[in-house]
Amino acid sequence: MEPSLDLSPIRSFLSEIAPQGRSALLPALHAAQDFYGYIPEPVALEIAQALQIPAADVFGVIEFYAMFHTHPVGKVIIHVCNDPACALAGADTVFKQLSRRAEYALETGEPISVTVEQSPCLGLCDHAPALLVQNFPATSAPEITWQELTTKTGRRPQTHVDGDLRLLTARCGKGHTTTLKAYQASGGYSALRKALTMTPEALIEEIKASGLVGRGGAAFPTGLKWESAARAEGTPKYVVCNADEAEPGTFKDRVLMEDDPHQVLEGMIIAAYAIGANKGYFYIRGEYLHAYHTISHALEEARTAGLLGSQILGSNFSFDIEIRRGAGAYVCGEETALFESIEGKRGFPRIKPPFPTTHGLFGKPTVINNVETLANVPLIIQWGAKEYRKLGTEKSPGPKLFCLSGDVQRPGLYEVPFGVSLRHLIFELGGGMRGESPFQAALVGGAAGTFATPEHLDTPLSFEGLRAAGLTLGSGVITVFDAQRDLRDVLYRLARFFADESCGKCYPCQIGTQRQYEIMERILNGQTRPGDAERLQDVGWTMTDASLCGLGQTAASAILSALKYWPHLFQPVSS
Amino acid sequence: MNHPLVSLTIDGIAVQAAPGSTILKAAQQAGIEIPTICYHDHCTANGLCRICVVEVSGARTLVPACVATVQDGMIIHTQSERVRRSRRTILEMLYSSVDLSEAPEIETLALVYGADSQRFPGAQRREPPLIDDNPMYIRDYAKCILCWRCVQVCAEDAQYTYALNFSGRGFETQISTFYHHPMPETTCVFCGQCVGVCPTGALKPKREWLLEKGYTPEAIMGLTRNERRGKKRREGLSH
Repeated sequence: MEPSLDLSPIRSFLSEIAPQGRSALLPALHAAQDFYGYIPEPVALEIAQALQIPAADVFGVIEFYAMFHTHPVGKVIIHVCNDPACALAGADTVFKQLSRRAEYALETGEPISVTVEQSPCLGLCDHAPALLVQNFPATSAPEITWQELTTKTGRRPQTHVDGDLRLLTARCGKGHTTTLKAYQASGGYSALRKALTMTPEALIEEIKASGLVGRGGAAFPTGLKWESAARAEGTPKYVVCNADEAEPGTFKDRVLMEDDPHQVLEGMIIAAYAIGANKGYFYIRGEYLHAYHTISHALEEARTAGLLGSQILGSNFSFDIEIRRGAGAYVCGEETALFESIEGKRGFPRIKPPFPTTHGLFGKPTVINNVETLANVPLIIQWGAKEYRKLGTEKSPGPKLFCLSGDVQRPGLYEVPFGVSLRHLIFELGGGMRGESPFQAALVGGAAGTFATPEHLDTPLSFEGLRAAGLTLGSGVITVFDAQRDLRDVLYRLARFFADESCGKCYPCQIGTQRQYEIMERILNGQTRPGDAERLQDVGWTMTDASLCGLGQTAASAILSALKYWPHLFQPVSS
Repeated sequence: MNHPLVSLTIDGIAVQAAPGSTILKAAQQAGIEIPTICYHDHCTANGLCRICVVEVSGARTLVPACVATVQDGMIIHTQSERVRRSRRTILEMLYSSVDLSEAPEIETLALVYGADSQRFPGAQRREPPLIDDNPMYIRDYAKCILCWRCVQVCAEDAQYTYALNFSGRGFETQISTFYHHPMPETTCVFCGQCVGVCPTGALKPKREWLLEKGYTPEAIMGLTRNERRGKKRREGLSH
């Protein structure tokens, strides 16, 4: 503990936010981490007292989130992604080199202290190997000098945006954030104006008729969700935007937030009007600091223009949005874990039922939608459900964003109508394989997804098409591997990811992710034991069948699919 | 209250249960035993251990009987192959993680479900050193299965003392005080409720522990308060 710890910065911060009570805990811990470089005990105690939270609980929350530290770390924190797409691009070597350089800096007494950490997917898969410096992306990593890396901040990632359609991404990929003025000039917020002339019931009917389903991975019908919350007893009601994008290989929500924030906000305001909510929360993944700033700025713009606040656009409808940052926990993308996080708790998923539409944030009726889902809403209201349904397939209407990365010519964000083939996406839009080596497999749906083999290339990318082929859409991730890649390395990384990110609440996932990781580690090292394939099956099916939340239920899906297609990978080398 | 009863089928037996009752309770009333580990009648059920999972027709995943409530027309199987595989694997994984030598109920379950305690060779175990920091009880988290009962009775389930929470997450989770402080420096009032609900001997009364270590009752009575606290005893009395 530092003898001369100055508590005044945290005290003045706390005096502002103390009335919020426990739900101000994560903001307070972020502030403390920023002020002190870690969270010293006296500071944690100060926070506990100001927000009236048991001290042990504050400690439990600090310990849950990867971005909070109970011991001093370097003034500059560099995160190096170690998930599949970045591993293909040499992230491990980058990590080793940076770690050595940081040690050298320490030994030679350079004035800057740097901590280098490995990190789960940073949502910069199209810039692999991805680095964050002070939570800002440092792209083109190989060309940056140490000096630049540790002193310059605020680089903006430039994602390649393309596709057969440019509806959700009409204002994305231009290298700058679309301002309110520019958004309105291209027709933005006209859907909100139209919505405010409709009854909430008619609005919900329109969303139901559009066939929109959630784009975060679970594919729940959005209109039904809104209807259930609108009809639920209890006030206040909340709308929450789930921007905790962290599925390895996913970066679509980041691009939508950074490039066209108002489109998402407009969808969220319409959702609030539909269900009768006056308060919303925008929960952004802790590592997405740039998106946090663009959304914060967009919220200010919207307030100033009367698009948020009381009596929006002269109507009787009032609504405002509070922005929250996560702090390094993939599980908080699970909707009920996200509520717990906003409430200032460890991100443990809740038992369902009850469901969020009746018992959500603070136990109140809540609609929680993914960023991309909300981005579809203005389009549906502007065009009408009938016109919207002309895109895509009968059972999967509308446009869909896909995050393409790995061994392809042009990694990036692609917008297509549902129903185009995997081949079209990888070989036509993505330009095909990057090198000479042919296509081996693609991981579809992210870490929680399954493998597609060459036989799957003509599978239509729609919910029903993928399901028929035994694949899942997940959050729209496609990570491509050429024939030279050892898929055991990919599976090992996925297993490590889930072991790192399991919250530890239910036993199947708490222990199963750890055992799965250990078994994959020895398989990767050529030390497979007899019976390891059966162990992986039992652990995998137990997690799938018996885990409490979606994280555990999908933590084995890639490995189980690999066991099906390439069982020889899991067999001991015969002596 | 005169709600009509809910009708369901459990293992082929027609069962009637009060609306809102859990599958666990409904099965118990029908004489069907569903195994549990983390569940305790006087603690909030959290569905942690998943040993009580059952197969409900039409459900995608297995369902935890301790928290899921009965619905009219439910068809439930408590001993299907899927259920038995999950229970067996969870038990095998528990054996690979912690010391269950003082958890006879779990040992019985392992026999019933044919769980192999050596199923996961080379697995990392949770083996933190025993914590002997107060005169009343010891904490041996190498035996802790993270049932959360101690945390809950220390909080809203009983005592409202809030001395306990967690450190780490995932497999690395451990029950902890604020910044790992010794228990006497926390809000703990030594009510002993946590010790009472611990199912695996991870929390144990100091006297019991000292007796197991070979101290005679007279020797224990002869210890001063400070000596019983651990620090002094380690320096002076041990061995």
